[in-house]
Amino acid sequence: MSTSDAALAIPSPSRSFWNGDYGLRAWLTTRDHKRIAILYALGITGFFFLGGAAATLIRVNLIEPTGSLLTAETYNKAFTFHGVVMVWFFLIPSIPATLGNFLLPLMIGARDVAFPRLNLASWYLYICGGLFAVASLLAGGVDTGWTFYTPFSTMFSNSNVFLVVIGVFVTGFASILTGLNFIVTIHTLRMPRMTWYRLPLFVWTMYAVSLVMVLATPVLAMTLALIALERLAHLGIFDPALGGDPLLFQHLFWFYSHPAVYIMILPAMGVVSEIIPCFVRRRIFGYRFMTYSILAITVIGFMVWGHHMFVAGQSMYASLVFSIMSFIVAVPSAIKVFNWTATLRKGAITFEAPMLYALGFIGLFMLGGLTGLMLAAPALDIPLTDTYFVVAHFHYVMVGGSVMAYLGGIHYWWPKITGKLYSEGWARAAAILMFFGFNLTFFPQYILGYEGMPRRYHSYLPDFQVLNVLSSAGASILALAYLLPVAYLLWSLRAGAAAGNNPWNARGLEWQTTSPPPKENFLSEPIVREAYAYDEPAP
Amino acid sequence: MSGLGRLLTDASSLAPQVDGLFWFMTALCGAVALGVICAIVYYSIHYRSGSNANRSGTLANTLPVELTWTLIPSVLFVGVFIWSLFLFVKMHTPPADAQTIYIVAKQWMWKAQHAGGQREINTLHVPLGEPIRLTMTSEDVIHSFFVPAFRVKQDVLPGRYTQLWFMATKLGSYPLFCAEYCGLDHSKMGGEIVVMRPAQFALWLEGHLGAGTLAAQGAALFRAHGCSGCHGANASIHAPDLDGLYGRSVQLAGGSQVIADDRYIRDSILLPDKERVAGYEPLMPSFSGQLSEEDLLALLAYLKSTSIATSEPPAIGSESTHEHE
Repeated sequence: MSTSDAALAIPSPSRSFWNGDYGLRAWLTTRDHKRIAILYALGITGFFFLGGAAATLIRVNLIEPTGSLLTAETYNKAFTFHGVVMVWFFLIPSIPATLGNFLLPLMIGARDVAFPRLNLASWYLYICGGLFAVASLLAGGVDTGWTFYTPFSTMFSNSNVFLVVIGVFVTGFASILTGLNFIVTIHTLRMPRMTWYRLPLFVWTMYAVSLVMVLATPVLAMTLALIALERLAHLGIFDPALGGDPLLFQHLFWFYSHPAVYIMILPAMGVVSEIIPCFVRRRIFGYRFMTYSILAITVIGFMVWGHHMFVAGQSMYASLVFSIMSFIVAVPSAIKVFNWTATLRKGAITFEAPMLYALGFIGLFMLGGLTGLMLAAPALDIPLTDTYFVVAHFHYVMVGGSVMAYLGGIHYWWPKITGKLYSEGWARAAAILMFFGFNLTFFPQYILGYEGMPRRYHSYLPDFQVLNVLSSAGASILALAYLLPVAYLLWSLRAGAAAGNNPWNARGLEWQTTSPPPKENFLSEPIVREAYAYDEPAP
Repeated sequence: MSGLGRLLTDASSLAPQVDGLFWFMTALCGAVALGVICAIVYYSIHYRSGSNANRSGTLANTLPVELTWTLIPSVLFVGVFIWSLFLFVKMHTPPADAQTIYIVAKQWMWKAQHAGGQREINTLHVPLGEPIRLTMTSEDVIHSFFVPAFRVKQDVLPGRYTQLWFMATKLGSYPLFCAEYCGLDHSKMGGEIVVMRPAQFALWLEGHLGAGTLAAQGAALFRAHGCSGCHGANASIHAPDLDGLYGRSVQLAGGSQVIADDRYIRDSILLPDKERVAGYEPLMPSFSGQLSEEDLLALLAYLKSTSIATSEPPAIGSESTHEHE
């Protein structure tokens, strides 16, 4: 912290949003978006480590070609639980429901979201859905994979499909309502002079992601309801033995689940777009193009779902249309990568922990995106799909991309949220460890997939062992890297130095209020300027 | 061949072309990634806080550079798409002279039926240098037929036929995997493809004769299930004559036309009211539940064997409508 920043730092107000109404009851009935964000963060962290525990079992099992740790049945349940929990109870709500909830009103100078009660209701739906997912595990688990492909999920699996489908169905409504809330908030509660093209890119991505949540999630809800109906009432929707069509399920499922990938990655792009200008001390390169590419990804992202079905029995001509759309959706992502890189030019760059996470994000997301391009070509997708190449690809995007950005965001706004500084050394060490652990875990999986190892295999040919052992070794480093932040962030709550209002000398409105912010967000009206005005002094 | 060679060798006619595209894209993506990473590293060092780099003269108008890095990737992507398009169509379209082998998948095994009536499980013998078409279906859930050395994969669905083709170009045996998660023993649902010289393959076929050719087995089923009672030459009941039906255009009761292919014949046996031939009463019962997938494939082989390969005969639907008027 430079001396000029120290001068800005004033003692934390005694009446921050943390203080005032203490007690469980006050927290569980709060309508303050900041407290709801904290509630989400607790839930999400819990589910992240539950899903991580399942991943640990998977990686330990795969050290031996015979899969000696788990039985095939338990292994199948472990990867299903890992997928369901990580996708629906961690990744999808991660950035929007925690950082989004906390920051969106602050960034636009609002007192709260448009519908605070609905915001709390969303959290209860999320937790309720999560309890169903946990109940399905306690009742013996589910063995369908997170994709619930029919007719296996409806007529063949003897596991607790119904419970977990209800869980995802319910938590889907948390997504829909959060999206609705954010859209109305951004339209109606921006303070005067906060025009659309002054919005931080994080707010743009929250807007885009809300559109996807509102438009795509109902299709998922409908699809899951049809699974439940076919399972319970033997209604012939998907099982051909009952007169249904199994490919109909895949179309409906991916109509949601491909846009869901953008639910996971768009907010990550938003976070990184906040962090990079701050530590480069420059305006973001090509702000307008960044907003256009966010919107392009949102719209085109709805037209590419069939690239999950190139070998599924879909018509060849449909596959070709989905292929070209998938190439086109990669263009705006490429633009964003180039713009972040160009932002570095002529900057005065420092490398605090959030910046390390952001740079790690660019590299890993780029690798995930480029390999996604290979999968967009049907001639390559035929040999590569349903192998570890695909597993590596989406982990680079969702874990290398989204999780790195989420943690970058947590580190960037931690001083704002808690009013405390964490240990910078430990935070940098964790970010670097995570980057290397991640690559060691998932890069070998690209090679495994190229060699032809199918995904979701409890046991495998001995030829694949070396790379699997490397991957498992990487996973143990990665696990350690994920545990480190829990330790030093919790420690900072107890022993961290006071952060001051604006420890990074950043420019967003959220940095103009106290750390932590008061219940009403701003005690005096913040000054609105263009986003990322790092070429001007802080107000 | 042993070890990873069984997986990585390019043992089919199209595998080298798939590899060509794969390595081209790997090189292209690698070059882009390397370029961006080098730029990030260079800028990070050169423009680190406190360095005495020249920071003046930042870009006022970013539009030209934005358009450049929008258009160049777009053109590259379209080029790669077109390359992939031609290869994909080839991979998707079996040559006309391909021999058909039938595959029935079930939890957790692969069953194969050759035209000569030979059957095998979890192993498939094929001749070197001859195009092979697999017509596949599943008895239960979705599976996926995946031979890494051939660079081919196709999901196998219950209730319909999917196709895959390859022409093996290297002798040896190659692993077969199920690539679509199908339940408990998904990872055990494998086998091998054995590529033999055509002469040895012919010997192998002779040594594994079953109860007659597949078409003969189908003909027996045709009588045993009473199909011939209505569809036979001397039948008193008014039902379409099926000789030479396969591959012809059929006039349907609703007025539309359909080609009598694998799917149509399968659906007509299991769901006879779905696409009824024009001019016939809906008398036929469904045989759903009475015929196994293997029986259905044998019937299909039988009906194909009666098909006349000469000039295009008139569509049976319109013919019978005419008789009725």
